Amino acid sequence: MKENIVLDLRELPADGLGTASPSWWGTLAFMLIEGTGFALSIVIYLYLMSLAPRWPLGVPPPNLAAGTALTALLMASLVPNILIARWAREQDLRKVRLGLIVMAVLGIVPLILRAFEFPAMHVKWDQNAYGSIVWVMLGLHTSHILTDAIETLVLTCLMFSRHGDTPRRFGDVSDNAMYWNFVVATWLPMYACLYWIPRL
Amino acid sequence: MTDLGKAGLADTALSNTELRRALASTWSAQPGLWGALSTVDHKVIGRRYVATAFVFLALGGVLSLLMRLQLSQPEARFIGPDRYNQIFTMHGSNMMFLFAVPVMQAMAVYLVPLMVGTRNIAFPRLNAFSYWIYLAGGLLLWIAFVVDTGPDVGWFAYVPLSGPQYGIGKRADIWAQMITFTELSALAIAVEIVVTVFKQRAPGMSLDRIPLFVWSMLVTSFLIILAMPAIMIASTSLILDRLVGTHFFNPAEGGDVLLWQHLFWFFGHPEVYIIFLPAVGMVSTIVATFTGRPVFGYLAMVMALVATGVLAFGLWVHHMFVAGLPRLGESFFTASSMAIAVPAGLQIFCWLATIWAGKPIFKTPFLFVIGFIVIFVLGGLTGVMVASVPFDTQVHDTYFVVAHFHYVLVGGAVFPLLGAIYYWFPKLTGRMMSEALGRWVFGLIFVGFNLTFFPMHILGLEGMPRRIYTYQPEMPWAGLNMFVSLSAIVLAAGFALFFFDAIRSARWGAVAGANPWGASTLEWATASPPHPYNFAMPPVVSSREPLWADAVTLPVAAGLRVDRREVVITSVVEGTPQAREASVGHSIWPLWAALATTLALIWSIFSPWAVVWGSIPIAVSLIGWFWPKGAPEDES
Repeated sequence: MKENIVLDLRELPADGLGTASPSWWGTLAFMLIEGTGFALSIVIYLYLMSLAPRWPLGVPPPNLAAGTALTALLMASLVPNILIARWAREQDLRKVRLGLIVMAVLGIVPLILRAFEFPAMHVKWDQNAYGSIVWVMLGLHTSHILTDAIETLVLTCLMFSRHGDTPRRFGDVSDNAMYWNFVVATWLPMYACLYWIPRL
Repeated sequence: MTDLGKAGLADTALSNTELRRALASTWSAQPGLWGALSTVDHKVIGRRYVATAFVFLALGGVLSLLMRLQLSQPEARFIGPDRYNQIFTMHGSNMMFLFAVPVMQAMAVYLVPLMVGTRNIAFPRLNAFSYWIYLAGGLLLWIAFVVDTGPDVGWFAYVPLSGPQYGIGKRADIWAQMITFTELSALAIAVEIVVTVFKQRAPGMSLDRIPLFVWSMLVTSFLIILAMPAIMIASTSLILDRLVGTHFFNPAEGGDVLLWQHLFWFFGHPEVYIIFLPAVGMVSTIVATFTGRPVFGYLAMVMALVATGVLAFGLWVHHMFVAGLPRLGESFFTASSMAIAVPAGLQIFCWLATIWAGKPIFKTPFLFVIGFIVIFVLGGLTGVMVASVPFDTQVHDTYFVVAHFHYVLVGGAVFPLLGAIYYWFPKLTGRMMSEALGRWVFGLIFVGFNLTFFPMHILGLEGMPRRIYTYQPEMPWAGLNMFVSLSAIVLAAGFALFFFDAIRSARWGAVAGANPWGASTLEWATASPPHPYNFAMPPVVSSREPLWADAVTLPVAAGLRVDRREVVITSVVEGTPQAREASVGHSIWPLWAALATTLALIWSIFSPWAVVWGSIPIAVSLIGWFWPKGAPEDES
């Protein structure tokens, strides 16, 4: 077909940011997939609970200390996380580098606290179905903290390298911050489910 | 914002020939084997995906012929019970997970970017990764079958049969991990399609100008995103029960066998629509082209697609009517199962209205549409029948159900797919398939299908259970079974002729022009097969049927760079341009990532530590994948 130019795109930015960026939408789509997974794990928990004569099965409710400390830490991590998203939007390389170091630390410390959560459940995965779902829920969420922590570490290296200072990489930083918000947000219903439903 | 003068070479600075040469050098894959392994061209990957899926179709077809051989007479001794269990499990798993879903997504991988007028799919490397993972999952299943370790627990692998107590050996694990492979690849494509449709549509392609096939793939992708996590959780729990002694499905320790059925069918019923909705899009496209008019009721069609997608999640319990669930729940699911006939019926009437008002040309693709309407309506009617609990209780697990779902799936998906292959073959290969052979293919498959599967309704009503490897001579089933087996040969001959025609035409078929059918959508605005860059300049859309609005000139946008891979990013609703975004180039890392993932997944059938040690190579390959290499696409 004969081409007839009706539109000039030269003035467009060479990179979309925020909702103009495909990777923002891709991150959202992966969050939808994983969010569905988290929701289903809670549904399985409630389903097994509805069948059980008593809940938790044969063990006392989990100790609150480790899980609550982790929840508080995750909530607190939202402050630097929101700041780093803002700095990435402003393309402020110095502050983004600083923020990434803070967020990398805040990705690793929860993993240490998480190590104390498993024993706080008073049950092993192979003891009964309660133990199975509790370990899978904790494991599922742990894998998300771990993935994001590694991603943040890699991004930190990237932003200190010569590839760092481009809008595309700042977009990666803000997508990563959005994903951390998701990791924190999905933990809240899981925390309520794991720690407080057995106390009802 | 970057000034193009400094930042790179724009298409406006070049003559027509120079532009095409520059684009070809920027967008082409590297030559040779390395190029084939590292390409991220959605057309190459899409073609590969389609071809692989059809190989699995042929293999699954061979399995069905083996079953028909064994069932052709009572007390036959061709295949023993153990191998027969593997064969019917393989047939179902292969057709659902390695053929039906992947082939629909494969068509979308090839067609959606062209139909929305962009140069590559969103996340091209994820697309390459998806194909390798799919291939690995398929090989895992088939190699296991060849060495007599094929799954033997049915395609929905109910516990406790598939659990640690009865499912000894690794057969059920092979099934469960094949699920992980295929769902991973399917989810990856779903994300790519959603983002391609949301963000990479041609300027001016607002939501109400999206081609119906693209709409159908968008809804399908959302179904995949919301349904497939259920089966991934289910298959993972099954592997955990079998490997590390969790008790999800063990009633003795607080687990529940019905939990498996809920999780499986919460995925499994939307799965039917994941297969059917793309077919709906194909039918709408073919109907429009061969009646020479837009499909009647565009808005109604889109709403029906969305409504089907929503209702698909409210039907799963109708697969469990004999599991002893509360009566009220069963009534709800009967009502919703009947309700989904409403959007399906609406679509049928829209197509009939289109055909009625248009001037139908009965070429092969359109013949398959006619076949689809006839067979799918029959399957839909038996669907309304089995939606009723008393009737379902009577025919559950009989050949009536086998007949029903083959009418729905083959009629509802394979017929449109074959029509779609005849229709888009010129775009895929640059050559036409044979019209004369195509009529024979259609005739043999249509007649063969009905002769094979219609008698199964009667066999089911006569009480013949599904999944039996033989039956006694006293049963009144021998005559019909022999008839079915002979008819299956007719059906198989139709498919053999189809494969012959496709392979022959790919090499020696008549050369097709850019738009051999005089169709209206954007994929026909470019060469057949399209250049690596799809469009020399991105098309601009101002109507729903752009090529019918003007068949001679194509309105396009200028100003993209030619020295790096660039695509136009547009807004979600209106399709107004927002950015010129780089599209990543070829890379071998998706292949390494897929190999690392394959290693970890297969290893984890045998040891839980695979999750720990296996994730290290995965992490390394992902870092290699994403780390910038200083290509022009990395800059801004």
